[in-house]
Amino acid sequence: MPLIPLHPLDLAAAALLLLVNGGLSVAMSLRLARPLAVAAVRMVVQLSLVGLVLKQLFALQSPWLTLAVVMVMLLFAGQEALARQERRLTGWWAYGLGTGAMGFAATVVMLLALTTAIRPDPWWDARYAIPLLGMVLGNAMSGVSLALNTLTSAAVRERAAIEAQLALGCTRWVALRPVLRHALRTGLMPTVNGMAATGVVALPGMMTGQILSGVDPTEAVKYQILIMFLIAGATGLGVLIATLGAVRRLSDGRHRLRLDRLARKD
Amino acid sequence: MLTVQGLSTRVLKPASFRLDAGECVAVQGPSGAGKSVLLRAVADLDPSVGDVRLDGMRREDMTAPDWRRRVTYVPAESGWWADRVDAHFPFPDRAVPLMEALGLPAEALDWPVARLSTGERQRLALVRALSQGPRVLLLDEPTGALDRESTARVETLLRAELARGVGVLIVTHARDQADRLAHRRLRVEGGEVREV
Repeated sequence: MPLIPLHPLDLAAAALLLLVNGGLSVAMSLRLARPLAVAAVRMVVQLSLVGLVLKQLFALQSPWLTLAVVMVMLLFAGQEALARQERRLTGWWAYGLGTGAMGFAATVVMLLALTTAIRPDPWWDARYAIPLLGMVLGNAMSGVSLALNTLTSAAVRERAAIEAQLALGCTRWVALRPVLRHALRTGLMPTVNGMAATGVVALPGMMTGQILSGVDPTEAVKYQILIMFLIAGATGLGVLIATLGAVRRLSDGRHRLRLDRLARKD
Repeated sequence: MLTVQGLSTRVLKPASFRLDAGECVAVQGPSGAGKSVLLRAVADLDPSVGDVRLDGMRREDMTAPDWRRRVTYVPAESGWWADRVDAHFPFPDRAVPLMEALGLPAEALDWPVARLSTGERQRLALVRALSQGPRVLLLDEPTGALDRESTARVETLLRAELARGVGVLIVTHARDQADRLAHRRLRVEGGEVREV
């Protein structure tokens, strides 16, 4: 069964649905009409551009171009994770820690998937690598930014408790363990919940897309299961690296709590 | 026993003094003068420069946790990291006699921390530090939240510790407390520490 192509007019008709939201905003004076319009236009433009870029990328079959796209995606993910931090580490750490953790985790997981499970030819084939990376990176980014945000705000809130343990002669790892555990749990929870709800509450977008384009549902399900494991692996690894790095940075070799290494809240 | 040479932080101007075994030195001065900063610097809880030794051993020659088990800071506001009191006391059999000396029942170990009054927290924090057997105690207003009777109990306990050879550096606003406990005094003003 081939994919039914969509005509731009079909999309325009669907866009009319936004008028419901716009009307609601005006009626209830939610002041969402403008942001809604801007967001909708951004979505259409960004996705159209991505479509063109991907088409070119798949046609050119260049490993360097693929790597460049991977880097751009990673840097944007790092920027997005940074924007979600309420209290940031000072200096390059704010951007570098989250980006580095995500980059490492995504690389490990992607290499694993592309060289063992999927094995496209060549292994870096952009048609597989880029969409997979997008999904893995998107989820790792949510986990890492949640975990870092939790860790820094909990360290500030629990300062007295942390320093009480330090003053009694505990190491920084013991004193910061409750905060670290809290951050790890918060960072991993969406992934755990996501796996539990998949297929019952939500049909994942990738699986839906494969089914729409004519793939046998049982094959689509196998891909989706693989993806969920990749996401869980990358999120777990990324969250672990980011939080351990942040604990190191928020303390020093003499086991002091260094909240002075957090930027002040505006 | 404890010797401090040129100890300074961003707030604290270079301070030098000594504290002998069994000696109590009161630290006095206006609010915000740097009294807590001084105690935290001695405990190595904030970055500082200077030569701080215990029995001739530089603090840099031991790990920071080892240093702080010997030279223990008890802040004015105590911190608690678990829900129940007993989770904060790794050696309950050492803590119970100290608790009773401060007028706290042994059952207090089973209480939830949230139930403790400010005064109970303050006394338990002192017990927590003492039950580890430190050589030097750095006390930041240890009786600030206590009534007269509890204050007297704390002072009696501190005298017993002094008699055992523990050195005590105590920040206190109460002049009479310094009169009762201290052998010498340090005055802190505008980050400057001097003997009086």
